[in-house]
Amino acid sequence: MELSVNHLLGIKYITEADIHLIFETADHFKEVINRPIKKVPSLRDITIANLFFENSTRTKLSFELAEKRLSADVINFASSSSSVSKGETLIDTVNNILSMKVDMVVMRHPNPGAGVFLSKHVKASIVNAGDGAHEHPTQALLDAYSILEKLGDVAGKNVVIVGDILHSRVALSNIFALQKLGASVKVCGPRTLIPKYIEGLGVTVETNLRKALEWCDVANMLRVQNERMDISYFPTTREYTQQFGLNKSLLDSLNKEIVVMHPGPINRGVEITSDVADSKQSIILEQVQNGVAIRMAVIYLLASKIDHHED
Amino acid sequence: MSQKVLLNATEISIALNRLACQLIENHDDFSNTVLIGLQPRGIYLAERLKSLLENEYNIKNIKLGYLDITFYRDDFRRSGKPLEANKTNIDFIVEDKKVVFIDDVLFTGRSIRAALTAVQSFGRPMEIELLTLIDRRFSRHLPIQPDYRGRQVDAINGEKVKVCWKENEGEDAVYLVKS
Repeated sequence: MELSVNHLLGIKYITEADIHLIFETADHFKEVINRPIKKVPSLRDITIANLFFENSTRTKLSFELAEKRLSADVINFASSSSSVSKGETLIDTVNNILSMKVDMVVMRHPNPGAGVFLSKHVKASIVNAGDGAHEHPTQALLDAYSILEKLGDVAGKNVVIVGDILHSRVALSNIFALQKLGASVKVCGPRTLIPKYIEGLGVTVETNLRKALEWCDVANMLRVQNERMDISYFPTTREYTQQFGLNKSLLDSLNKEIVVMHPGPINRGVEITSDVADSKQSIILEQVQNGVAIRMAVIYLLASKIDHHED
Repeated sequence: MSQKVLLNATEISIALNRLACQLIENHDDFSNTVLIGLQPRGIYLAERLKSLLENEYNIKNIKLGYLDITFYRDDFRRSGKPLEANKTNIDFIVEDKKVVFIDDVLFTGRSIRAALTAVQSFGRPMEIELLTLIDRRFSRHLPIQPDYRGRQVDAINGEKVKVCWKENEGEDAVYLVKS
C-alpha cells in the first residue's frame, strides 16, 4: 500500500486508509526508536528543508529528530533570521532552497493555505507543519494515534476538544482525523472562541466543561493562544481557568476515568493544572514520543513516492 | 506458469534435521547463541528449527528473534512498489552473542547485507552466521555465502524459488516456478 497523496497538506485531503497506513508504519518506527541505536538508513539520499516561518519549538525538534533518525540530510530555516524580513516572497524563498536539490519541505507558516499554495508551484513534497489557524495534520495524527494506543480504538469514542477552537489548527485537524476514524467530537470553550461554522463540520458545541467531561472518553485541552488574541475573547485568564480549566478536583468528581491530552506547550494553571498534567490519566508525554514515530512514518511514506511524481 | 518440485516434505524434513545437527556441532547447548529469523519468510524456517532443536535434540531455552530489514534495504524508492515493514521482535541482548541469521532463500545477498546493518542497532554480536534452506547459486550481487545450506539450486533470473510451509500453505514443499 502507499499513500493516496504526494504531500501532507491537511487531514482533509487524506483518506481513512492513509491514516491507518501511517499508524501501521508508525508502529514499526516506535519499535525502532526504542532500540539501542535508533537510526535507520532509509532516507540517506533524501534532503529535507524545515522551513519555519513561525516560531516553534517542539514541532520543529520532533520533525528534525524524525528526519535524522531516518538518515535524511536536514537543513533548517527560520524566517526571523532570513531574507523574508527583507521582503522576499514565499515562492522565491522556497525555490532558492529547492535549487539546492531539496526533495521535501516541512513548512510552518502563519498564513492558512500556504502549504497548498506551495504544493502547486514547486516540485518537492510538502509536509504542512501548521498553517495559521487552518491545519496541523501531524499533530492530529499523533493525537489520534495516542488515543488508539491508550484506548485500543478510536472508533466509537467520545472526544471533547476544550479551549480556543477559533485560533486552533490542532482543533480543526483533530476534528477531521477523529471523525474519519469514527469518533464523536464535541468542542467546548467560551462562545467567543468557537467559530460559527463549527457545527457544519458535524461536531456539537458545549459551553459547560463539566457536562462535556461527563460525556467524553478523552479530553484534549488546548493551549490558550495569547499571541493570537488581538482582541479580548474572555474577560480574564482567571475567569477562563475557573470555567474551562481542568483541575484535579473536577477530574476526581467525575465518576469515571478520562484520558487527558494537551498538544503543548502547557500554560500550567491556566487550561490544566500541574497535578492533572502529571497524573496517570494524562498522556501528554506519550503524545510527544508518538510525535516522532508519526512524523517518521509520514516522511518515510512520502519519500517513497518522490520518484513517482517526478515522472 | 509451470512449477517443478525441488524438495518434497520428506526431503525438507531430512534437510531440517541435518541443519539442526550442523548447528549443534558448532553451537553445542546454544548458551551463547541466538537465532534470528529474517522477516518475512525466514521466520517460519527459524521456528521449525527451534522446535526441532528443542523437541528432537532436547536443547532448552533457545533464544529466537525476528528481524525486519525493510528500513535498511538499499532499494528504497527504486523497487517501483512501496516497501512494507514487518515486525521486529528481539527481546534479548545480541551484544557478544553468536548470532545465526535464518532465511528461506539466499538470492542476491542484498537482504543479508541489510540484516547485517540492522542487527547492529541491537548491539555488536561476537560473530554472525547465515543459515538458508535454499542457496540460489550464481545469482549473488554481493560477496555473501551461507554457512549452512539445505539445498543448492541453479536457477535462471526468470525463475522463482517458492518455499511453502505447512503452517501457511498447507504443505512442506519447495518449488521452482517458471513464469
